[in-house]
Amino acid sequence: MVDIAINGDNAIALAWRQINPDVCAAYPITPQTIIVEKFSEYVADGEVDTEFVCVESEHSAITVCAASASAGARTFTATASQGLAYMWEMLPITSAMRVPIVMAVANRAISGPININNDHGDAMSARDCGWIMMFAENVQEAYDNSVMAPRIAEHPKVQLPIMTNLDGFILTHAVERMTPIDTNDVKKFVGEYNAQYPLLDWKHPVTHGLMDGPEFYSEHKYQMVQAMDKVLEVSEEVFKDFKKLTGREYHLVEQYMCKDADYVTVVLGSSYGTMKAAVDELRKEGLKVGACMPRIFRPWPAESLVKILDGKKGVAVMDKHLGIGAYGPMYPDVVAALSTKSKMPKTYNYIYGLGGKDARVCDFKKIFKDMIAGKSKQFNFTGVEE
Amino acid sequence: MDHKDMIFGGRVIEPGSAEKFETGDWRSYVPVVDMAQCIDCMTCWIYCPDNCIIIKDDKMSGIKLTHCKGCGICAKMCPKKAITMTEE
Amino acid sequence: MSSKSIKDLIKSDVRITSGHRLCAGCAEGIIAKQVLMGTDKPVVVTSATGCFEVSTTIFPYTAWNVPWIHTAFANAAATCAGVEVAYRSLKRQGKIKDEMRFVTFAGDGATYDIGFQALSGALERGHQMMFVCFNNEAYMNTGIQRSGATSFGASTTTSPAGSVIPGKAEYPKDFSMIIAAHNIPYVAQASPHNWRDLIFKSERGFECGGPAFINAISPCPRGWRCPTDDTILMAKLAVETCVWPLWECVNGEFTLTAESERIAEGKQEKKPVTDWINAQGRFKHLTREKYVPIVENIQADVDKKWEKLQKLCKL
Repeated sequence: MVDIAINGDNAIALAWRQINPDVCAAYPITPQTIIVEKFSEYVADGEVDTEFVCVESEHSAITVCAASASAGARTFTATASQGLAYMWEMLPITSAMRVPIVMAVANRAISGPININNDHGDAMSARDCGWIMMFAENVQEAYDNSVMAPRIAEHPKVQLPIMTNLDGFILTHAVERMTPIDTNDVKKFVGEYNAQYPLLDWKHPVTHGLMDGPEFYSEHKYQMVQAMDKVLEVSEEVFKDFKKLTGREYHLVEQYMCKDADYVTVVLGSSYGTMKAAVDELRKEGLKVGACMPRIFRPWPAESLVKILDGKKGVAVMDKHLGIGAYGPMYPDVVAALSTKSKMPKTYNYIYGLGGKDARVCDFKKIFKDMIAGKSKQFNFTGVEE
Repeated sequence: MDHKDMIFGGRVIEPGSAEKFETGDWRSYVPVVDMAQCIDCMTCWIYCPDNCIIIKDDKMSGIKLTHCKGCGICAKMCPKKAITMTEE
Repeated sequence: MSSKSIKDLIKSDVRITSGHRLCAGCAEGIIAKQVLMGTDKPVVVTSATGCFEVSTTIFPYTAWNVPWIHTAFANAAATCAGVEVAYRSLKRQGKIKDEMRFVTFAGDGATYDIGFQALSGALERGHQMMFVCFNNEAYMNTGIQRSGATSFGASTTTSPAGSVIPGKAEYPKDFSMIIAAHNIPYVAQASPHNWRDLIFKSERGFECGGPAFINAISPCPRGWRCPTDDTILMAKLAVETCVWPLWECVNGEFTLTAESERIAEGKQEKKPVTDWINAQGRFKHLTREKYVPIVENIQADVDKKWEKLQKLCKL
């Protein structure tokens, strides 16, 4: 197909149009609004079979989706920031009910203060909810993740809901060049949704959402752990098939110049692109640096990450969110993964880009240089004068 | 039963499995039916919260004692006073 | 009136089995059973978190012989809407052929209070679903705390009859009227004591072609402090005192039904609210001499609302 110029939100709407889900229930919130607006146009013009439900809140959006998927319909939604926060109660319920919903999250800071710009506060605040989480560096990846997501989530060994994250405004609204996939190929790649024990199969009545006593709750949670464990291998299968279809090759953790690097940063989302530019400039100065990005954040791809980071002199973990009074979300995960090795690189946590604060190439170069010079602290809150 | 035997997602695919749970030991009073007075009006049946009025061939045939909780609604509402709550 | 006689009804499928853990004498089991007799079509049931949900589905036991789903507390209406929308989509695509019906059961907490937003939204969107509220006038499952449906003066665990404040100090929302203002095809108030009236209303709700709402008075022997065998008589008393009139609103037209119709026409006696108050332990404190003015206010409020309802039905 011919390359197009498109922003991330419209690209996701396009992927949805091509997949043609049975149901979509969503509530608008900046910077996700374009997804639902564009998709509404497709619905109004009869280009999809989707029942589009303009729900009255995000709590109802996720509920309608969870119920619809339990009933047997392929269901998508999208949200951001406060919307995800409002859904929060239902997020662990949805994953425990093992319904493979695909939700695009247009990453935006969590209030307060209220801020509509990009950071990872929304997705990270929900990272323990049992959802699969994918990140994207650019619009192409946001689109590609949306096409791959149903395959991963709906896999019989998985059956978990999935979040496809894209940076608010930076990816949702900025126009980039993208190669779409032919619609028939998308449909073939994604396949049909085969719901297991759906409610609408009334001849085989099922009960969904019972109450567990102590003897059963752990058992059900353990089943979820086992399903999450399968996600990494299932994702790699899906990446393989995707490469056959498009030629684009994806990995659990993307890496740039890490093989011979002494100092590496771990970063998510659009800042990976900025980080690669910083790496390029520093390499010209002769510094052996590299960068990597977990494409799949949940489940945590510990093994793949350790393969990349093992033996490095220093690792800076870039977090676009933090637990106030503790660390950013990725830092403890990186340290825990590396602690399995007898010798660990020096690790540093950098909090950056909160509330949309610009994360520039020069800022990232400074981080590498501070690391190399031994000037980095374990915990670094960037962007403010102390 | 552990996770290996359980359907994923906390679902139960055996409908009506609660029937296996006997609530009859909850009661202190048991309904005793005087069949001679009973006119098969089915008032007891429409009001029983626990589906414990046994119907055979369209006739009121007795109480399902395995599950009857002894609430006494059937006795209270019977128009013929054919049911009496007796201490068990 | 329902075309079905009781001889027909006894042949209905058992949709809720025995073995659930509802208290002895709980009206919810009675109401749900009667409501589900209102349709022979395959039905998917949704429940909000509450006594009914917990008691009928303690893993691995389910009292349900029909598909059933519960997700959370505030969103029963949205859960039902989700199932209905999936049905609509799959039916339109030819993947499902059968006619199916969708019903939600929720307590007054999950309807009047925490569940109101989701319910209002679902009704406005026009889903073909029926929402049945078990109005037992408090958050019973968590220990009898007051709700927006609790009667004035009732003693609950968060509005106890104390020496300074004698029970709930607010009148309940006229919730069924709020729902009628959503202009949905079918709204009704019902009581399990008049099963003919309730089942007929259920039939109309299931077949009205859009959203339907039935508010059923649901006496709770535990929370109302009355004997377990009085459940049905207590519901009857609510109707006979006009505390809980039976009416329906079909496409905007209000009509009184059953006993309430007869009371309005003078064919049946309207009982004083003191009959209602004296029968329940939760109002026991109001029988004291010093609370006579409160009881008079309660009677005045019942009368005012009854007058208003009758006028509405004459329009």
